Amino acid sequence: MSEPKFNNSLVRWIDHRLPVFTFMHHEMHEYPTPKNLNYWWNFGSLAGIVLVIMIMSGIVLAMHYTAHVDHAFQSVERIMRDVNYGWLVRYIHANGASFFFIVVYIHIFRGLYYGSYKAPRELLWMLGVVILILMMATAFMGYVLPWGQMSFWGATVITNLFSAIPLVGESIVTLLWGGFSVDNPTLNRFYALHYLLPFVIVGVVVLHIVALHRFGSNNPLGIDVRGNQDTISFHPYYTVKDAFGLGVFLILLSAVVFFLPNSMGHPDNYIPANPMVTPAHIVPEWYFLPFYAILRAIPDKLFGVLAMFAAIGVLFILPWLDRSPVRSATFRPIYKVMFWVFLFDCVALTWLGAKPAEGIYVLLSRLFTAYYFFHFLILLPALSIFETPRSLPKSIGRPVLDGGGGAMAAAPAATRERS
Amino acid sequence: MVLQRFARGLLFLGVSLLVLIPNVSVKAAGGVAVPAQDWSFSGVFGTFDRGELQRGFHVYKEVCAGCHSLNYVAFRNLGDLGFNDEEIKVIAKEYEVEDGPNNDGEMFTRTAIPSDTWPAPYPNDNAARAGNNGALPPDLSLMVDARVGGADYLYALLSGYHEVPKGQEVADGMYYNAYYPGNQIAMPSPLSDDGVEYGDGTKATINQQARDVSAFLAWATEPNMEQRKRMGVKVLIFLIVMTGLFYVSKRRIWADVH
Amino acid sequence: MSDTNEGTTRRDFIHVASATAGALGVACVAWPFIDQMNPAADTLALSSTEFDVSGVEEGMAVTIVWRGKPVFIRHRTKKEIQEASEVKLDDLPDPQVDSDRTTRPEMLVLLGVCTHLGCVPLGQSATDPKGEWGGWFCPCHGSHYDTSGRIRKGPAPTNLAVPPYKYISDSVIKIG
Repeated sequence: MSEPKFNNSLVRWIDHRLPVFTFMHHEMHEYPTPKNLNYWWNFGSLAGIVLVIMIMSGIVLAMHYTAHVDHAFQSVERIMRDVNYGWLVRYIHANGASFFFIVVYIHIFRGLYYGSYKAPRELLWMLGVVILILMMATAFMGYVLPWGQMSFWGATVITNLFSAIPLVGESIVTLLWGGFSVDNPTLNRFYALHYLLPFVIVGVVVLHIVALHRFGSNNPLGIDVRGNQDTISFHPYYTVKDAFGLGVFLILLSAVVFFLPNSMGHPDNYIPANPMVTPAHIVPEWYFLPFYAILRAIPDKLFGVLAMFAAIGVLFILPWLDRSPVRSATFRPIYKVMFWVFLFDCVALTWLGAKPAEGIYVLLSRLFTAYYFFHFLILLPALSIFETPRSLPKSIGRPVLDGGGGAMAAAPAATRERS
Repeated sequence: MVLQRFARGLLFLGVSLLVLIPNVSVKAAGGVAVPAQDWSFSGVFGTFDRGELQRGFHVYKEVCAGCHSLNYVAFRNLGDLGFNDEEIKVIAKEYEVEDGPNNDGEMFTRTAIPSDTWPAPYPNDNAARAGNNGALPPDLSLMVDARVGGADYLYALLSGYHEVPKGQEVADGMYYNAYYPGNQIAMPSPLSDDGVEYGDGTKATINQQARDVSAFLAWATEPNMEQRKRMGVKVLIFLIVMTGLFYVSKRRIWADVH
Repeated sequence: MSDTNEGTTRRDFIHVASATAGALGVACVAWPFIDQMNPAADTLALSSTEFDVSGVEEGMAVTIVWRGKPVFIRHRTKKEIQEASEVKLDDLPDPQVDSDRTTRPEMLVLLGVCTHLGCVPLGQSATDPKGEWGGWFCPCHGSHYDTSGRIRKGPAPTNLAVPPYKYISDSVIKIG
């Protein structure tokens, strides 16, 4: 690739010493992107933008928030009532967190459907799982900060989980709390870590994008790019498409922020934390519900905790569980159906996570938990062996003309590396 | 063709909102279904009715403030209800707040000024419990957001002190309420017909007082609601136009690829 | 076709309009994020303080707080007023006529912050050192202020500031 010529002499002066402009030109104008990406590919850039929104709104809130058990709740109310536009920044931050998870969950399911986790993108996928875990830790600690009833009791329940670890469990919990229960030391350290982790996430996102650019994006057909006829430059095609997607996203976010700002929260968190009174139903925020359902499904405390962590852990080894050489579900008729069943399973677990742990809900939670692990540990490896995929198109450029002509070799073709 | 895409886009937007909104039901209500009310502040274009807020404020002052604090509302906030600076000073002067220590090291009381928050009826929670048979009258500043059903629930509760149904037992010191979870509440019916006298001449029935004070508490919970909705309309209109422009740009740029 | 890549960045009106809309949106969002740093409503509510001066007897001085800073209110004796008004302007490092510094000559209202580096001068209570001119004395670096609060000796460059205030009734002043 030839060096781009910049007309502006200041730009040239900087670029010669620190090639940021050449770098950006490379990434945007020359970076070849498959031309057939659909709107499910918007969610990666959307997640990045939501991360920036969360950091900016979070820093503003941090200018007014006090992380002390006697002042936290009241400082949040001061933000809502007295700080100029404080209510706006607070609602953006609280609802932005929910929207961050919506976007990331869709992004993940896109990866599951189109096989984006398969070779050579295994590390890209695993970095993504790391980002998800960091997001969950950040969100969990963030929710504690307003020091409402749900903040306090959610923190108590989840930190207590670690006591399930044999031998060292209790000591670990005391270490986490900094005391004998969730109290001021806990709140203070959660604040420090909640401010820190998003920047760790930024670092991992950078690695995630570097790993992505190594082989370029996957595409809806799941077959490799063969040449220039299959790709277009990222800018302006995907920049404008991402801008449009961002517009739609902002409409949805604004509808919630301005007209339904408390719809995704819990009324109990508008009650100041009271260690003497436990709310009738302790419920985590919606994005934790499937994992909460899995936790409660197992009657044993330790195994419940292990199952909950395993539910995320199993995502790490997905590239080695699903060994089908065909990436996209478009060409995997059985997997395609099982994908929707799996999605239904996840939605069911979300719904069950909010229900009280009694009656038929217990049985259903166990059923859907079992199916969750069945999908990953038994179904996917089995499909790798027994599923007969449809024949893949010859190339991205002409899938209609040559469709069906000669099944491509099962092994993924030599991946085209970027020079 | 464009219509098809537009319709698809609209469908996506609609489904997304339908998915997001019912998240309200994730919480367990535990109580009887609360009848929906018509409030001037509901909906996208909702605003507070100043007359209603002033009547509700009157009910709070005369009835509720004896036991329930309003810690996050300051006298200066009453400007939202239509009072001017002088009137606010007069209202504040009726109350005493603790200040100090003075030069002798003692705490003292003085009359309230607009920048003070509403003085609580009890100095602390224990005193509040002692004065109410062990029950703690909660602070009302956030009551509309702190209960499932919001203002509808508060209205139902305050007007829900019905006759005890046959066969139902009510424990000593508790009172029957049709909408309180469990149907037994430690607070006796606070409202009575003509319990207060409204300055604007409105008849002060229990239901009228319940409605007015619920509206007042909705304001107390979120004084910035009107600004939020007004801004929301402007923002959404702008975003819809901007997204439309982006869409046309996108189609134009992609014309040679499709 | 890859050879149309060059032509796709043409400055069509629609693209200019889109980019402008986007930039406008960003600017509108930026304002709340900046304005939130301005004083909040509860801070602004404390931007003025009222005080009833009738409790300050002749010869007494009181310190109150305004916007987080001390304000000296001194009910001057006739002797102090006479001394302050008879001073020759040439003797003053920061010349100012005494009558320009008060609304009512007997009630002096001054910002109790030394104009040198911001310490609170002594002189409010009867046992405090008042400096060589009977006004106030700043212990940090030795500035002397007279009975009108004007700097007479020491490193302070200007007189003690007079905060904006007015009488809103016969005995109540509103500062700020």
